[in-house]
Amino acid sequence: MAAGDIMLDLRDIHKSFFIGTPNEFEVLHGVNFSVREGEFVSIVGQSGSGKSTLMNIIGALDRPTSGEYTLDGVDIEKAKDHELSILRNKKIGFVFQTYNLIARTNAIKNVELPMMYAGVGRAERNERAKMLLEQVGMTNRMIHNPDELSGGQKQRVAIARAMANDPAIILADEPTGALDSATGRLIMDIFHRLHEEQGKTIVLITHSPELSQETERIITLRDGDIKGETAGRWEEIKEGLAC
Amino acid sequence: MLFTENVLVALAGLKANIMRSLLTMLGIIIGIASVIAIMTVGNSITLIVNTTMQDLGANNLEMGVMQKSVDKETTDSGASYGAGYVRDMTDQDLITEDMVTAFRQEYPDDVKYIIRQESVGDKGTVSRGNKNANVKIVGYNNDYFHFKDIKLQDGRQFLNQDFENHKKVCLVTDKLVERVFDGDSDAALGQEIEVNISGTYYSYYIVGVYEYVQDQFSFGVSDNPTTELVIPYETARYQNHNQNKGDYYFTIVTSVNTNNDEFATKVRDFFNVNYYARNDAYEVMVISMSSMMDSMNSMIGTIQLALSVIAGISLVVGGIGVMNIMLVSITERTKEIGTRKALGATNGSIRLQFITESVVICLIGGVIGIALGVALGLLAVKLMGYSGLVSVESIIIAVGFSMAIGVFFGYYPANKAAKLNPIDALRYE
Repeated sequence: MAAGDIMLDLRDIHKSFFIGTPNEFEVLHGVNFSVREGEFVSIVGQSGSGKSTLMNIIGALDRPTSGEYTLDGVDIEKAKDHELSILRNKKIGFVFQTYNLIARTNAIKNVELPMMYAGVGRAERNERAKMLLEQVGMTNRMIHNPDELSGGQKQRVAIARAMANDPAIILADEPTGALDSATGRLIMDIFHRLHEEQGKTIVLITHSPELSQETERIITLRDGDIKGETAGRWEEIKEGLAC
Repeated sequence: MLFTENVLVALAGLKANIMRSLLTMLGIIIGIASVIAIMTVGNSITLIVNTTMQDLGANNLEMGVMQKSVDKETTDSGASYGAGYVRDMTDQDLITEDMVTAFRQEYPDDVKYIIRQESVGDKGTVSRGNKNANVKIVGYNNDYFHFKDIKLQDGRQFLNQDFENHKKVCLVTDKLVERVFDGDSDAALGQEIEVNISGTYYSYYIVGVYEYVQDQFSFGVSDNPTTELVIPYETARYQNHNQNKGDYYFTIVTSVNTNNDEFATKVRDFFNVNYYARNDAYEVMVISMSSMMDSMNSMIGTIQLALSVIAGISLVVGGIGVMNIMLVSITERTKEIGTRKALGATNGSIRLQFITESVVICLIGGVIGIALGVALGLLAVKLMGYSGLVSVESIIIAVGFSMAIGVFFGYYPANKAAKLNPIDALRYE
């Protein structure tokens, strides 16, 4: 896939929840948008806007009630459970607000986990995990368990883990939500580096308009509909930070 | 690859909750330990019973004169002596030498030896100066020495003339030589010794010394065990004034090719049809040692099985404990399961992870249980005074069984984990 090709494409996505018949509660009312390869996009919306539901669909954790979703050329809505697992493993790198590292499992093993599910050999995944942890500046704490790491360190391990299988997109759900602003800044810098140096496609989901300004394109979600798309102000912010 | 990771994760989980893990394993440990202990004790007893019976002769038929089983109505004095009693045994009811000769001629191929034995008196003492040894005088016929491998250490066996002329010769044990002759066989050989049986003295010349083998069923070791002072059968008969009478008990050693169960019937029929048809009260009974051994073994086996089944119930209870703790563990780790699914774990790999965990718990419990069971079993056998036999099959079965429990009781919780919805699992707090 050449740079700039469509990486994910959502067409008329509806999602309803059944909260006991006949009550049907529609959360997404026909969402349309696409993300090109190498883009850094944010989806911003307040709580109740349907952004978690949208994230679950983008992350192949859930299927839309209707509509078409194509991720890196694969039709998600037709995939079986088993195929969705493989898709999440190979094409999506999750970064959660609460890190979600596996307890009692050290940083290296956490980063190795997606590769293990992908069937990568022991030596290869160990080598790659070390390389990825080095990229996020965690070389010194590779054999520490999550309970021995700070929030920022945990999130860096989580980003390294998201990169494990070189996914088509990194899906970050409020990645700085549980961090103080300085640590949050550090995490955002890592995303920018992945985007600029490695050309990663990143979808950032946040409630914070301020954070969304750091991305190239902002998709605003309100009451289950896209209310508009604006360009981010990353270039300006970058210069401001540099001073 | 995934397997080793799963085992490591399982072990880390067990280590993190050591008390909980141990309590969970306790059911499995107790269950496996009791099954193994029961098997060890049972197998040891079976082995002892079998070797003892083998020593007595597994190819033997035991034959004796017994009361006829008569219907109660035909007996008058049944009330005072029990059902079937007609009268005391007299000399006319015994098996005579002529009958035995005729029997041997009828079945020359099947009958290898006919062993006869007769004791003289009860327990007695051999004394020399202030030294003494306990003995029991037993006479054996010539056939016995062909059948039984007596380990002669010094001197000679009995000669034909010893039997024929009921000579007062004897074989004594090395134990007796040790106690009475300070272990000097040469001094013992040729000596005349007197056996005092409650005031009556019997004297014999020592012609041979044989090795004393402790009876497997005797408890503990005594300084002065009662050993057999072996004399010729004919001598015993003579000394008991029985030389012209018949005998009421024989052991028949059959040929290797003889089917003992069938032959037992033939022997019984031979004697009963030819000699006891008109006897009003007595007849010949024949028991095959091999069938006795079979029924003994199956009896021990049944008891063993029954006890094992009871012990097995605690295994099931233990398995339920494992299932319970797995369900708790899965609830606790719902978020981890969600994360793993988000990272690409399939339902199958989640299921495998938790089944592995439950199998690991059961296997560790099983191994501890085996160690404990073997120790308990051997201790019990030792306390009974036997030598123990650890059953390897039962260990293999126990390992397999604890794995099976792990899979069986781990499957439901593991499947529950596998089927968790990733979104719900991720959101779980």
